[in-house]
Amino acid sequence: MTHALRTEGLSKSFGAFKANSNITLAFDAGARHAIIGPNGAGKTTLINLLTGVFRPTAGDVFLDEEKVSGLAQHQRVKRGMTRTFQINTLFPGLTVLESITLACCERAGAGAVWWRTAATATTQIDEAREILARLRLEGDAGIETRNLPYGKQRLLEIALALATRPKVLLLDEPAAGIPSSESAELFAVIAALPRDVSIIFIEHDMNLVFKFAEKITVLVGGAVLVEGAPDEIARDKRVREVYLGEAVHG
Amino acid sequence: MLGNLIGVLFDGIAYGSLLFIISIGLSVTMGLMNFVNLAHGAFAMLGGYACVIAMTRLGLPFLASLPVAFVVSAVAGVVLERLLYRRLYRATHLDQVLFSIGLIFMAIAGATWLFGSQQQPVRLPDFLRGQVRVLGLDFGAYRLFLIVVVVAITLALTWLIERTRFGAEVRASVDNQQASVGLGINVERVFSLTFALGSGLAGLGGGLGIDVLGLDPTFPLKYMVYFLLVVAVGGAGTIKGPLFAALILGVFDVAGKYYVPQLGSFVIYVVMVAMLLVFPRGLVGRRA
Amino acid sequence: MKIVAGLPTRKWSRFEIGFWLLPLIAFFVFPKYLTLGSQILIAGLFALSLDLILGYARIISLGHAAYFGVGAYTAGLLAKYGWGEPISGLVVAATVAATVGLITSFLVVRGQDLTRLMVTLGIGLMLFEAANQASSITGGVDGLSGVEMRPIFGVFAFGMDGRTAYVYSLAVLFIVFCFARTLVRSPFGLSLRGIREGEKRMPAIGVSVPRKLIVIYTVGAGIAGIAGALLAQTTQFVGIDTLGFPRSAELMIMLVLGGTGYLYGALVGAAVFMVLQDYLANLSAVYWQFWLGLLLVAIVMFARGGLMGGAIALHRRWLRSRT
Repeated sequence: MTHALRTEGLSKSFGAFKANSNITLAFDAGARHAIIGPNGAGKTTLINLLTGVFRPTAGDVFLDEEKVSGLAQHQRVKRGMTRTFQINTLFPGLTVLESITLACCERAGAGAVWWRTAATATTQIDEAREILARLRLEGDAGIETRNLPYGKQRLLEIALALATRPKVLLLDEPAAGIPSSESAELFAVIAALPRDVSIIFIEHDMNLVFKFAEKITVLVGGAVLVEGAPDEIARDKRVREVYLGEAVHG
Repeated sequence: MLGNLIGVLFDGIAYGSLLFIISIGLSVTMGLMNFVNLAHGAFAMLGGYACVIAMTRLGLPFLASLPVAFVVSAVAGVVLERLLYRRLYRATHLDQVLFSIGLIFMAIAGATWLFGSQQQPVRLPDFLRGQVRVLGLDFGAYRLFLIVVVVAITLALTWLIERTRFGAEVRASVDNQQASVGLGINVERVFSLTFALGSGLAGLGGGLGIDVLGLDPTFPLKYMVYFLLVVAVGGAGTIKGPLFAALILGVFDVAGKYYVPQLGSFVIYVVMVAMLLVFPRGLVGRRA
Repeated sequence: MKIVAGLPTRKWSRFEIGFWLLPLIAFFVFPKYLTLGSQILIAGLFALSLDLILGYARIISLGHAAYFGVGAYTAGLLAKYGWGEPISGLVVAATVAATVGLITSFLVVRGQDLTRLMVTLGIGLMLFEAANQASSITGGVDGLSGVEMRPIFGVFAFGMDGRTAYVYSLAVLFIVFCFARTLVRSPFGLSLRGIREGEKRMPAIGVSVPRKLIVIYTVGAGIAGIAGALLAQTTQFVGIDTLGFPRSAELMIMLVLGGTGYLYGALVGAAVFMVLQDYLANLSAVYWQFWLGLLLVAIVMFARGGLMGGAIALHRRWLRSRT
């Protein structure tokens, strides 16, 4: 059975500190897969390893059964794996529409066009508007990113990733900093994404995780503690131990 | 043949030592404040001219003029840091580069107007002139003096950084400014004092270097690339890195000019570009 | 073309049209200053090339004069050794400068700001040294003379009145400017703005940042080469100072004075700088250098958008006061 995304023995050490140890995971196509774990468990490191921001100390990453371990970040994006960032990593001086159009042009290979103005890239502009509409941002098309309220910036964060037409979408705490009253709406947008996109997300808010995840991986101390369906994880004694001493956070 | 090689090595080490004294201030400033200060050579020039004035107008002997050079440059450093540099710590590197180029121009113009564009002569004390015989070979006395001074300063700096509280504060601030502030370290004061120390050392180097490097108003521009080179190749924010880089560059420059004079300064630039390719973060690898 | 939510279109604004009428008018109104005029146009082209690299791609280069000098020497040597046709000489010079730029760009796009600074500075100094040492070819410190140009299109000869030189420079500047203008408004230009606004996000949307930077750096080098070639052809002389650091520094001052990232800032800054230099430097070289340094410090501390930035801010305030 081919997996959309797979790792084998993935490890990352910073000097003596082992951020990720021997992680072997497999994500199915069309997955709605959550990665949870206490702070410092190595979740963002894992995403950085998967996307090529970090080079692994050991182990491999397979995207659609193709080994991508040696590829740079932008090459993996071209092969269909995109991520969002926990802290907004946007283009402050570009408008919402400019940002998404930029991503669409790059995806379509039109990023090297120098002989026509950007306004003539009507195909990509339409595509960008369509993505914005899906995320309910179409009214903010002309607003500069730095002037957007935080919640909409979070949506733009996801819109940028969608513009690359990913097969695998890695979301790093998409609801970070959003009050729980609004985060359900954000996740509804994510849940509405088509099934041909495999979604793997890191989240701290357990309500959201149990509501949207079909499978959960628990990461503790850089290693996989346990994996399974949401109700299995909820009942697992080790998981409750790990979270019992934690203050409620989200 | 071997004698020549040793002579070249010796000259190179002396020259490199001088580069180190001047550049170490730049290294710490860049590592500490992340400020690209191209005008660092101007502080060296200031020290050089202070030394000359101390000798010609105040009649002080050479060795007594050196501390004057240090103090004048250190004071200038504190004043400029408080008034100007401080406001640009958070500015883009481009702004910092432009600002320091502006300072260089002002310094060169000021020096030309005050002292004229000619080279400044220096009267070295007798015991520092001529040759000294060590292990059967003749070495220039002044160059030997330079090496001794640099060794002393390096030891003193290392002691300061590793053993004193101030040194610990500097190291903490280089490592993580925000955390240092949180610990109650007066980072602003650390900046000012470090800048003063670095400028003072540059001034001292300027005074020491009048005989070897020369002194005229174009000094900051002429040697700017060497100081930056030492810091870029050695790695900003450390002492060891620039020391090795300065010695290596000093030796290569002297050797290049001696063995292949047609190529002249070419050798140094090629070495620099090569080293930056292999070590883009500097020899000792701190953030550049 | 309509404006699409801030995406740039091809339309020329009234300000732009008015701007380009000025050098045309100057040709008729200041017939005695055409030599200075050509110098201003060439400086503007040179500053434009740096704006692409510095204003749009944020690459701090302290050695951009290297490509200017390469272009100048290429065109000069071509003419000196028999090939005096101006336009083809220009094309060859641009190609050579762009090639040197391409080779050096691999060194420049690696590493952080300080490394880039050092590498660009080093390249500039290396080329200066090379030109100095190869004095049998370049004329060394004395410069390259004997640059004889044939008439443009066989008709317009370069004369003492400087008219041909002026129109030639203006035409070349305008053509290159149109190219640069389209470039920065294109999807490629949008990606450069993306690198400027959010370099960290660019690889995450599938962009190889170094590749884009290499392209724009090469283009910038080529245009600088064109400017250098123009200088060689119109003054029939190439001095070694075309390669030196002071020229790179002056160039940055021109650009910052006018404002980076506007394209027009490069032209405005160059014009203001050259006029001031012509007037003040003749009074006293030392004073000029001092006030130049002070101006630079003042711009950085108080007026970082340069003249264009200030003009645009004023314009916005005027627009707001009307509503």
